[in-house]
Amino acid sequence: MNVTINGTAHELPRGATVRQAVQKLTGVSGGVAVAVNDEVVSRGAWDSTALVEADRVEVLTAVQGG
Amino acid sequence: MTDIGVTADIGSVGMDDDFMIGGERFSSRLIMGTGGAPSLEILDQALAASGTELTTVAMRRLDPGARGSVLDVLRKRDIKVLPNTAGCFTAGEAVLTARLAREALETNWVKLEVIADERTLLPDPIETFDAAERLVADGFVVLPYIGDDPVLARRLEAVGCAAVMPLGAPIGSGLGIRNPHNIELIVEFAKVPVILDAGIGTASDAALAMELGCDAVLLATAVTRAQRPDLMAQAMRSAVGAGRLARLAGRIPRRRYAEASSPLNP
Repeated sequence: MNVTINGTAHELPRGATVRQAVQKLTGVSGGVAVAVNDEVVSRGAWDSTALVEADRVEVLTAVQGG
Repeated sequence: MTDIGVTADIGSVGMDDDFMIGGERFSSRLIMGTGGAPSLEILDQALAASGTELTTVAMRRLDPGARGSVLDVLRKRDIKVLPNTAGCFTAGEAVLTARLAREALETNWVKLEVIADERTLLPDPIETFDAAERLVADGFVVLPYIGDDPVLARRLEAVGCAAVMPLGAPIGSGLGIRNPHNIELIVEFAKVPVILDAGIGTASDAALAMELGCDAVLLATAVTRAQRPDLMAQAMRSAVGAGRLARLAGRIPRRRYAEASSPLNP
């Protein structure tokens, strides 16, 4: 299935979890937060939350600013 | 880091002058931003020189190629992180960004920043107020960045914001405090801390903010884009301390004519 991770199309196996999407970008989970279709998915739910076709996944972290 | 041996910390006159935001105590009244620093090393030196205990970061898409993190710098210096919602144009975007920051950084503090357009970066009062109400209801400690509007400041305090952060001038402009009268009015009415945010260009601007009665100053560009960020950080630390002391000391009234400081009679 196709999902969008941080604006880029990715192919993931059917039923892939949020954690699998995060692992496309990084191996660490500290300091990172995820939203799927503009809803926050807390770290504790990354393994139990399955993605579906065309989901928009945003993986954010802190950068210099303000 | 160059130590030029200048201190204006309030402790030098033996006074405890800590202040509270959202139930937490701070002894430094200089809140730093991290935007604009040429490298994490230079940022680290500047933050150390500033003596800050609270510093903002922005939330952006994870860059897998990024080396080092601003969070490592803050952690090393034991500086509390204050995530902002910079880059948001609507209340909805700001609320989502705050929630992501809470998840990523494990803090319910947020500098709420909802801008109206990219040319002025001026804060949108309507969207900011809407987001503030929603974030307070969601348990956040909300520090909103606002224009120098005493009425909006009061309204945001009334809905439960932990501080108000009026601008001195547009972000990054270095124009100083364009409307000191409004800043004084905000200070006069406020029961939450007033933090002068944005517009600071150099040390005298930071001192003026404190002389006007602000509880703290938030700045970034003036330090991070200075020729010597570490020196300017130390200058800002001294200026904030000096301005605070002057405020506590109580300045003399301005007079139209001279008042002799020496006896006039022989």
